[in-house]
This record gives sequence, structure tokens and C-alpha cells, in this order.
Amino acid sequence: MEDLLHYHYDVDGGNFASAGEASVQVKRVLRQMGFPPDLIRRVSIAMYEGEINMVIHAKGGDADVYLSPEQIRVVLKDVGPGIKDVALAMQEGYSTAPDNIRSLGFGAGMGLPNMKRYSDEMTVESTVGVGTTITLVFNAF
Amino acid sequence: MIVYRHSVSLDADKCKGCTTCLRRCPTQAIRVRDGKACINPSLCIDCGECIRNCPHKAKKASFDSLDTLNHDKFLIALPAPSLFGQFANLDEADYLLQGLMDLGFDDVYEVAKAAEIVTEYTRRFLRRSDEKMRPFISTACPVVVRLVSMRFPSLRSKLLPITPPIEVAGKLAKERALREHPELTEDDVRTVFISPCPAKVSWVKNTPADKKCYIDYVVSMSDIYFRVLSKMHRDEVPQMETESGVVGISWASSGGEASALMNDKYLAADGIENVIRVLDDIETGHFPGLEFVELNACPGGCVGGVMAVENPFIARVRLQTLRRYLPVMRNYLTDDPNAEIPEAMLATRPGEYSSAEILNPDRATSFRMMMQIAQVKQKLPGMDCGSCGAPTCDAFAEDVVKGEAKLTDCVIRMRDILKRSEQEESK
Ligand SMILES: Nc1ncnc2c1ncn2[C@@H]1O[C@H](COP(=O)(O)OP(=O)(O)OP(=O)(O)O)[C@@H](O)[C@H]1O
Ligand code: SF4
Ligand SMILES: [Mg+2]
Repeated sequence: MEDLLHYHYDVDGGNFASAGEASVQVKRVLRQMGFPPDLIRRVSIAMYEGEINMVIHAKGGDADVYLSPEQIRVVLKDVGPGIKDVALAMQEGYSTAPDNIRSLGFGAGMGLPNMKRYSDEMTVESTVGVGTTITLVFNAF
Repeated sequence: MIVYRHSVSLDADKCKGCTTCLRRCPTQAIRVRDGKACINPSLCIDCGECIRNCPHKAKKASFDSLDTLNHDKFLIALPAPSLFGQFANLDEADYLLQGLMDLGFDDVYEVAKAAEIVTEYTRRFLRRSDEKMRPFISTACPVVVRLVSMRFPSLRSKLLPITPPIEVAGKLAKERALREHPELTEDDVRTVFISPCPAKVSWVKNTPADKKCYIDYVVSMSDIYFRVLSKMHRDEVPQMETESGVVGISWASSGGEASALMNDKYLAADGIENVIRVLDDIETGHFPGLEFVELNACPGGCVGGVMAVENPFIARVRLQTLRRYLPVMRNYLTDDPNAEIPEAMLATRPGEYSSAEILNPDRATSFRMMMQIAQVKQKLPGMDCGSCGAPTCDAFAEDVVKGEAKLTDCVIRMRDILKRSEQEESK
């Protein structure tokens, strides 16, 4: 396998205020590499949604970004409660977010659908009681 | 490539190379090289943070001097709304306008008056705007426009396509002069903007070649302050009368432009770090339902500009007093929702994406450089001490790979290497 650029971010589950920081940092790296603006925007939205989900639903986790000149792969891994029915969770409007989170404007059930929409490939591996790993792939040509 | 012309620069004699400005620069545009700060022009946004923070007053801004104005010309003062907040006991804007006339100006055209026109056109524009394109971002602060073009390429299309107040003021001021003084030709009239910040100088300096600029000179608020103060006499009834209302004056501080839209779907943020945070959030798709975003680089809005004399909080209170007896808005434009926006008011500058941060135009090369940067980072202490002349170890690693600094410039690393070799020797 060719060498990939790797960036690792701890997504702190205890600090809701700093959620979304990793996607801001990744954005800068992508600009430095000269990826097109539209792609940068897609990556940052999808990654942001994933980060927020880990904070809200799984008490944090790890975000790893692997880059080559042609591809961006974002892996969001947590050891949270897992998702019982992934197909259901992927539906627009499905959400189990608690009320206090909703009052902050989250919980519309749009996170996972947006991650799907903005990425070129998305895989969700989740086991109840073990955790969730979501991989997003973006291709740049 | 279009070269961006700046107004912020360094007074090398005063610079002590102390590294204070390094950390305060929001775009990491400053490095200390050979004991002196230098500003990277492709990253500088002319926000004036370095001027604000330099303990040795070594950062300066280039303005036109009041003394060099040619009084053979018909000179029109264009006071920024924030100027009205600078004077103690000013309870009527008229005294200030008269003071400017007594200073030798032939006319005064308030930028606050132009701002009220912009407010109305912005309302019309927003009403008709495509929901998917929202929110639109104010273009009144030139720092924000440049920042968006440099760093938020996907937000360029959200910059409000309405001519900002400074240009509207210049244009209307000139038109009025020619109308009221038929003996004048276009060349006889000069506009002089009285500015709270260096950013407005840069805005004027960087007028695109195919656009006409209606501002001839930009003088600093601090330059004019004492002179106009000495001309303002309380015992004489001013001949001049303000033409702006509450709305126009309110543009001087953060939230003024947005709240004037009489629509609660707005956000207003001030201070450059907050501005950057909000832009990042908008880019990530936050704030659904917002229509308008007002951003001011300076704390508190333009009253917090680096060339303002008064503390921004005091200036803000003064503006409140001043506004009290003014009509709400005096643009006298129809509020017919179907009214058009004149062509001339739609002209704005498309922020060109100047990819200042790209390491190399060839992505494969950038990629290799990023790999090297990651390797260099591992060799650095991560203390962000600034003694190498870069604001952070990460920025230093980038400089090394770009060939702008040498790894040996890191004194912490050199010290460790030295220590280790001493230990080896003593073994
Ligand atoms: N990392 C995760 N761990 C456990 N459950 C998750 C995780 N991510 C998503 N879910 C579950 O999937 C549901 C849908 O997620 P989605 O991101 O689409 O919506 P949301 O987070 O509830 O609301 P929104 O993203 O619109 O703010 C969540 O409500 C939650 O039950
Ligand atoms: S906020 Fe106002 S004073 Fe400050 S840089 Fe922007 S336009 Fe100038
Ligand atoms: Mg979500």
C-alpha cells in the first residue's frame, strides 16, 4: 500500500463546546493540498456530522483522516452504544437525540443522511454494546 | 496573478523582533526573520491586529495625510459612522459635520446616509434571494471579504452582492457636488473617506482595474480627531444638518447593519477570531434558516477599529445618545417590496479565490510536502515558543519544508541535541 498522510483527532465526548474542531483542522490541510472548494466543503460537512454524532450519541471517539492526492478517507470510530437498526438510523428524520440536545438545534435526524449524501462512499459498521465505525470516502479527480 | 496591495506595514527601526505579533496574527502571516517581523502579503488581511498589539508601535498603516489634500479641489469629507462615537458631549451630529466644514472641506456626505440606502437594497435583495443560497454575508468590512476569498472559497457566492456604503457614499457625494455646483467638472471633485481602519485603505487601493473607485483619499480617524475637535464650537449654531437616521449611525457598531434589516433571521459577530469561527460554522452548514450574517473584524464593530480614538464600549454608548433624537431612517426610498435594486448598486467585487494556502499547484507535490511537514513536526518540541520566528511549531515545520526556514533555527531542538552530545562525551 502506498504511503498515506494520516491525521488523528481525539473527539472528546465530555466537551460538547469543542465538537466540530477536527473538521475545521482538516479543512485547512485540504486547502493546503489544493483540493477543490466543493470537495473541501463536502468533507467538512460530512466529517462534522460524524464528529457531532460521536459526541452526542457515543461519548466521543477517534477521528482518523487518511489522504492521498486522489482520495480522502475519514474513519470515525467509537466504543459507544452502537446502532441497533442502521437502515432505520440512515433514514432522514430518524433521531434518538435527547431533548436538551434538540434545544441546541441538533436531533433533526439529518446527520447520517448528510454524511451519505456528501461522501462518495459510506460504510457503517455497528454492533450494539460494542461501538460504531463509520468510514467515509471522497474521491478527487 | 493580481498583486494585493496592503496598507499595513512594518516600521523596521521600531521593531524589536519580540514575537508578540506572531501569535496575534489570525492568518499566521507574520514571521520574525533576522530579528525583524515580516508580513507575508499573500496571507495578510489588513485586519490591524498587529498594529493593535505591537508593544513598540512598530506596525503602521498607510493613510493619506490631511496636510497633503489639495484645497484647490472641491473636497468632500465622507465620515464613517464610527466617527460620531468619538467625541464626548456630542449630542448632535450637526456639530461634527460643521467642524469638518470648518476644517476646510467643501461638503460632507455621511457614510451613515449611504448605509441606510444599502440597508433598503439589502432588504429587497434578501426578500428575493434563493433560499438555498442563504445566508448572505455582509461585505461592509473589507477584512471579511478578503478572508472569505482567501480561506472560505465555498462561501464566496454568499457575499452580499450589494455595493458597500463607502462606495455608495463616494458615488452619491460626487454626483451631488456636480449637480449642485454646475461650474465643477468631474476632475474638480475629490472624496476623502475618514476611516476607522487600514482595511478600508486596502479596499480602495485594490479596486479592480475594470471598476471605478469613488474614493480619492482615505485619512485616518486618529489624524482628524484633534483637528476637528478644535473646530467644534458649542456656542455657534451649526449650519450643517445631519442627513442620517438611527439606522445609519447604528452601522458603526456590531449588529447595527443586521438589526436594521428588521428581520430576526440574522447573526452578527465581531472580533476577528469570532468571525473566523462563524465562517467555519457556516461552511459546515450550521445555522439553517439564517438569512443574513453581519461580520466585523474589529471588537464591537467599526467603533473598535484600530484608528478609532475612543474605547469602543464608550463610543457605542455615545452613539446611543446621539441617535436618540434622530428619525429612524432617512433614505426616503419606497418600501415597496417589488421595487427594483438599481444596477449601479448591485456592483460588487467577486472575491477571487486566491489560494494563498496551497503549498504547490501540483497536488502530488503538495502531498509530498505534507508528508515531509508531518516528519519535521515529529522532530519539534511542540512548545510553540516562537523563538524560531514562526507562531507555532506546526507553522515552523511548514516553513522548513517550503525552504523558508532551517531546522537548526529551532533553538529548543538544538539545545537538546547539544545536551545529548555532552552526555555522550562525558560517558
Ligand atoms: N456514533 C453513534 N453511536 C450510536 N448511535 C448513533 C451514532 N450515530 C448515530 N446514531 C443513531 O442514529 C440516529 C440518527 O443519526 P443522525 O446523525 O442521522 O441524526 P441525529 O444525530 O439524531 O440528529 P442530527 O444529526 O440531525 O442532529 C441517532 O439519533 C442515533 O440514535
Ligand atoms: S470592522 Fe470596521 S473598522 Fe474593523 S476592519 Fe472591518 S470595516 Fe474596518
Ligand atoms: Mg447527528
